[in-house]
Amino acid sequence: MNKTDALIIGAGPTGLFTAHQLKLIGLDCEIVDNLDKIGGQCIELYPDKPIYDIPAVPECTGEELTSNLLNQLKPFDIKFHLSERVEEVKKEDNNWLVKTSGGNTFLTPNVIIAGGVGSFEPRKFSPIDFEKFENKSLFYSVKDKNMFRGKTVSIFGGGDSALDWAVELSKECDVNLIHRRDEFRGAQATVDKMYELKKGGKINLFTKYQITNVHGDQKLESIDIKHDNCEIKNLKTDYVLGFFGLIMQLGPIANWGLNLNKKTIEVDTEKFETNQKGIYAVGDICNYPGKLRLILSGFHEGALAARACFKLARPNEKYRFEFTTTSTNLLKRLGKKE
Amino acid sequence: MAKITYITHDNEKHTIEVQNGLTVMEGAVQNDIPGIDADCGGGMACATCHVYVKEDWFNKIPKKEDGEDDMLDMAFEPRANSRLSCQIVVSDDIDGLEVNIPSKQA
Repeated sequence: MNKTDALIIGAGPTGLFTAHQLKLIGLDCEIVDNLDKIGGQCIELYPDKPIYDIPAVPECTGEELTSNLLNQLKPFDIKFHLSERVEEVKKEDNNWLVKTSGGNTFLTPNVIIAGGVGSFEPRKFSPIDFEKFENKSLFYSVKDKNMFRGKTVSIFGGGDSALDWAVELSKECDVNLIHRRDEFRGAQATVDKMYELKKGGKINLFTKYQITNVHGDQKLESIDIKHDNCEIKNLKTDYVLGFFGLIMQLGPIANWGLNLNKKTIEVDTEKFETNQKGIYAVGDICNYPGKLRLILSGFHEGALAARACFKLARPNEKYRFEFTTTSTNLLKRLGKKE
Repeated sequence: MAKITYITHDNEKHTIEVQNGLTVMEGAVQNDIPGIDADCGGGMACATCHVYVKEDWFNKIPKKEDGEDDMLDMAFEPRANSRLSCQIVVSDDIDGLEVNIPSKQA
């Protein structure tokens, strides 16, 4: 059981800056994120795209913004729990008992949801009847490539993941690579490598095809793919891999008794608190009159939510507003003064 | 101003007057048209505002820019006439546009 003053759900820019604000005012915090890396949408959706509307930062990419925020957190000791999704949030006396998919539990008076538009989950295939094969012969990620050795693997997608695995698995498997267009959006070097392997007969490439059907009872036997011109091919296959990127799902947050508006959580604009005392929502996931989905708004919301946490975490102390330019207290926490 | 008709998967037609300069996605979201999620808020980063544009309109509206096809790869059941509605800007020229909303966005 981890005890902390505040638990932040989401390691995107808003979650990171909220952690900074909590530590600055003397509270401790831990951060949980479902992705295996820090940065949230900035790192998953647009690591290389420049952002132009961060105050005082004329231009930076999602990746740069994330690393700058991490730099700003350097004076502080913050525990990250990555690749874990928060599954359950339950009231226990004056605290919230939080459980994650990784088996971690937290006891905390404050939960700050900085969850963007929910947690990232793999996009799945649409055909009916496909679910029964999931995690048996159908996968959206590769955990152990050895299971595919000597088998036929059909890989769907046109990005880096699909191309990387097609190239890698072609060494020891029969690989079908199927993509809905004849253009690939992966790194050019990998695209070239894939075409080279195709020439050498190591990869069977099917472009302008999409999956339409699956066959097999207990075990997957074959799939049907359909060309843009409606021609249908049947491919014998042992495994199917789908790499269609990630989608954001609200997930378990919907079950925590919060006032939701579509995929957002209603908050007040003083503390950014939800209808549940001690649960706050900041960044893209919160909603209030005038809400702007900008990173800068997330920073403001996190700063205010952090102050609200103080009251519940330190009920017998009074929070005093201070500036980092002048406060000895804050400068000590920042490691700038003995 | 342009009249845009959004046709949901169960064939319900919603015709809305959308102001010039807004996107077809914004027209849907602001008028609570079901089936357009627009998770990323118009950043061409999520493919959850995916629509099918009626064939006769597909070639009339401004063409896709770099990156839209890459995102459409990730959309739910993309077709040749798929577009991201956040990338279609409304103007008088597209008055009468009809778009079909897929059965789901993900």
